[in-house]
Amino acid sequence: MNAIDVRNIVKTFGDFTAVKGISFAVEEGEIFGLLGPNGAGKSTLIRMMVTLLPPTSGTAVINGFDVVKQSDGVRQSIGVIPQAMTSDLELSVEENLIIFAKLYSVPRGKRERLITELLEAVELTQWRKAQVKNLSGGMRRRVEIARGLVHEPRIFFLDEPTTGLDPVSRVAVWEMLAKIKRERNLTILITTHYMDEADKLCDRIAIVDHGELKALDSPLRLKASIPGKNSLEVSFTNAPGDWQERVERLPGVESVTAHDDIFRIATGSGPATTLALMELAATSGVTIGSLSVQSTSLDDVFVHYTGRALRDALQEANPLERGPLLRRA
Amino acid sequence: MGRTWAIIERELRRFRRSPVLIVMALVMPIVQLVILGYAFGGNVKHLKLAIVDQDHGMPAVRVRELASAASSGAHTIDTIDYADQGQAISDLRNGRVNGVLTIPTDFSRRVLAKNEPRVALIEDNTDGFVSVAMAGTLGGILQAYSLPARGPRISSVTSLDVVEIYPYVPYIQYLLPGSVVMSIFMMVMIGGGIIFIDDKARGLHEGYLVTPIKKLELIAGFNISGTIKAVLAGMFLLIIGSVIAGIPNPFDPMRLFRLFVVVCVVSFALISLMFLLMVRVSDPLLPRAVFGVLNTVLYFPSGAVYPQQGFPGWMQVIAVADPFTYAVHAFKSLLLKNTGFVAITYDLTFLMIFSVVSLGAATALFKRSL
Repeated sequence: MNAIDVRNIVKTFGDFTAVKGISFAVEEGEIFGLLGPNGAGKSTLIRMMVTLLPPTSGTAVINGFDVVKQSDGVRQSIGVIPQAMTSDLELSVEENLIIFAKLYSVPRGKRERLITELLEAVELTQWRKAQVKNLSGGMRRRVEIARGLVHEPRIFFLDEPTTGLDPVSRVAVWEMLAKIKRERNLTILITTHYMDEADKLCDRIAIVDHGELKALDSPLRLKASIPGKNSLEVSFTNAPGDWQERVERLPGVESVTAHDDIFRIATGSGPATTLALMELAATSGVTIGSLSVQSTSLDDVFVHYTGRALRDALQEANPLERGPLLRRA
Repeated sequence: MGRTWAIIERELRRFRRSPVLIVMALVMPIVQLVILGYAFGGNVKHLKLAIVDQDHGMPAVRVRELASAASSGAHTIDTIDYADQGQAISDLRNGRVNGVLTIPTDFSRRVLAKNEPRVALIEDNTDGFVSVAMAGTLGGILQAYSLPARGPRISSVTSLDVVEIYPYVPYIQYLLPGSVVMSIFMMVMIGGGIIFIDDKARGLHEGYLVTPIKKLELIAGFNISGTIKAVLAGMFLLIIGSVIAGIPNPFDPMRLFRLFVVVCVVSFALISLMFLLMVRVSDPLLPRAVFGVLNTVLYFPSGAVYPQQGFPGWMQVIAVADPFTYAVHAFKSLLLKNTGFVAITYDLTFLMIFSVVSLGAATALFKRSL
């Protein structure tokens, strides 16, 4: 039995369709990532799976329970970490966990043991009595991870769990999740717009954009599914009108996409294509503004399947955000 | 029920660790009680009365003597003699005096002729309290002036003997019931309104909704915790306010018990009202925006600061539907008259029906999803 089975699920808000008939299944023990920019429909999708929003059509079966007809069974089976930090700042770490254990009707004796184990797992034992408002952002996220597991769920949903955390805290959260998953045989579904997070953490990734499922596979297979072993990202000045066609004819080049003066070149041989490109630019009087060569990344996968870079999609969704949203391994 | 208690426990733990919230909810009603109670409760004194005697006869001198006696006795007025009527009226317009008493030139002649003698009071009527106090004082003076020096042994005039069945009620005591209701409402507004919506906006309710908690357990948790907080605020203000206002025998156990019951009923009614108003709201600014309006619409028509019999018709309609009206009446009965439950049965019945209707409507509107 699949831990999660989503079939042709749709969610509309008035005239706007946020999720357009997505289907996928998550196996038990898997870490499954939903990757996409803000506004792609990831949070709506996860909210339907955790019974916060009723689907307009389609079905989702979580741990064998239908999200509409057997919502209580779903709720008992899942732990959920919403996107926002929702721990009570005025309460201590322990009190936050106790309250949620009571909400899940965890018996008193078991509650004590579980809380102790969980605080050890998220390395917050010494902060047990501390008020949450005195903890750092990364520690608060760990409190929430412990809170979401306080009733021993089978499936753990995390909606952008590392958004807003510094790089060190993000890595700590990834390691913690990987450890907890191993120890508890959890199935984890995580939404993210961080490429490196999806790449490092997830067994399989579903790329979601504009409410549609664009691709679904393991990170390795997704990377292998697109042309080229290397990716060149180049900006030019004085590029002539037929420049893209001329670049496509260079040795090793498999595909070229251009967006806002940035050319993304997929190639089977990064060094050979780089040399040829520099030679072509010099002979054509075109100046190279910047050039980077890297192995094929999930961002290239995202470009291939959605036609745009994830960072561009993020900036479309949040025009005021200009932070370093794309991180490469 | 365990889940409901989990929510109550959470809310009360947060409440205990939010001293700012407690202070905010209690300080305003106490300040209002003390400031308004003493500001409105006292007698008006030292009003400046210009006396323009154009007559100078013996009857006019007698009126002036009576005015001087009132001035040195109750101190309601301070008299100032003016020779020029024009100057007196000019000073009245400029606010130097509060009224001008003119004794006309033919006053003595009319007194002696028993031909409707008159004096004139020209007053600054922009302040109703001042003009009423001054007219009342001068009315009393003229009534004393008109009494015969020696009356008949057996009076033929019908007189009214007033018997007050309760001790004198200073205005601060009159105001106390409204202040208690206000403290309950403040706690309901902050704890049940503003924080409820802030929690919703922060996503805290999302945390509840993904647990197996039932809709009714969730509603019960919110409302019972809100009621407990409001009861604590109401009882605190009731006890402190009774001491400040000088309510006789404030710690009588039976009266405290009856007051506790009313505080509970009022708290539940107001938290139900707040839950109904906020059940579909998600904008954190909204409860803050309606706070003042709601406070005014509920508090002032309730008879907390002024008798409802003086209201225009449309305001009396508001008063009939206003739960504050019944809460204030019940507290007045218990605090000022020390009555039993019989005197407030109607108030309690209204408040309980109000709670059931409000909570029923709120439950129907409450969505157990986003």
